[in-house]
Amino acid sequence: MPPSISNSQSIAAAITAVGLVTLLLLLRFAYVTYRTGRPHRTPQRRRLRTLIVLGSGGHTAEMINLLEVLPKERFEPRVYIAAATDNMSLQKARVFESSLGSQIEVAEFHHVYRSREVGQSYITSVGTTLFAIGHALWLIFQIRPEVIICNGPGTCIPLCIAAFFFKLAGLRWSSIFYVESIARVRKLSLSGLLLYKLHLADQIFVQWPQLQKTYPKAHYVGRLM
Amino acid sequence: MESGSTRRMVFVTVGTTCFDALVAAVDTAQVKEQLWKKGYTHLLIQMGRGSYVPTKSLGDDGSVAVDYFTFSPSIKDHLREASLIISHAGSGSIFETLRLGKPLVVVVNEDLMDNHQSELAEELAERKHLICARPQTLCETIKSMDLESLLPYPPADATPVAQLINGFLGFPDDSFSQKLE
Repeated sequence: MPPSISNSQSIAAAITAVGLVTLLLLLRFAYVTYRTGRPHRTPQRRRLRTLIVLGSGGHTAEMINLLEVLPKERFEPRVYIAAATDNMSLQKARVFESSLGSQIEVAEFHHVYRSREVGQSYITSVGTTLFAIGHALWLIFQIRPEVIICNGPGTCIPLCIAAFFFKLAGLRWSSIFYVESIARVRKLSLSGLLLYKLHLADQIFVQWPQLQKTYPKAHYVGRLM
Repeated sequence: MESGSTRRMVFVTVGTTCFDALVAAVDTAQVKEQLWKKGYTHLLIQMGRGSYVPTKSLGDDGSVAVDYFTFSPSIKDHLREASLIISHAGSGSIFETLRLGKPLVVVVNEDLMDNHQSELAEELAERKHLICARPQTLCETIKSMDLESLLPYPPADATPVAQLINGFLGFPDDSFSQKLE
């Protein structure tokens, strides 16, 4: 009899432990979701490590327009990430940084694997998505951004999810800003919708007033193009 | 039509896409005739990855001169030189043309699957910054278009977005008031 008593005791202990961990995780999840989207109340006095996710073509042009008016000395160092299949965007970012006369240590440039390429089947995209999230976790671990500024298309999603895991784990808090493309007039893009519905982004900007009416938690304060 | 003295060029651009329906539409006798009637003398077509090859013409027979190429690093020069631009609905081409203050006809590619691009062209057409057409209605659009009714596109200002991001992070607002002076 004694062994079975200790067995049931240890099972009870294990269930309690699992229950406690789940409860803690849920509490942490609730706290992270609650804090996301709430402005920092204490005045910011130091520079913030900033990750800039470049979309491609028109998306990158919009992002550069935004970066031009950001006070650069507050968003340092700046790390740029573009999709592995996108050769142009990092080049544009390098041109932008050299136009600022930035020192080499202020700006860094990386590629990330995309979760899904145009035309890829949905079955294989499960595998590539997992791979992309893994790579994004590694990049976020290396970069430890305090600010993430991104726009469409999907390149930013694995990185935002990875950043969310780091927030959950309490390893690094990053504030996420997403600007929807000016080409989206009536509906958010899939990326924008995911960030909006899952409360992953702190602020979402749209570039048309009627889009803001459909998504009231988004901000409309003008255009980038 | 007098054409010898002044060169008025129409530039057609499909960007990096394949948009044979547009190239074929501008290459029709009807569209070329409408352009000629409107006083345009030259038609330059950037055909991108398309396979439809337009007919070149020197324009010495009392019609528009037609020339084409696939890609060029000097698209901007052609946009600057043109008196009218007929473009695909890509946001890059649209905003580059609007910033130059040139009259623009955007032709929506209806063969694209995820055609959210037409949203942008239609919205900007509603705001009278450009004229929106389909390949099959291009001739009618050119015939009835009134370029005088187009309104200039106001330059964008990203400062309010940057200000909100700054404020959210707890940075003071001072660097913007300095910049705006």
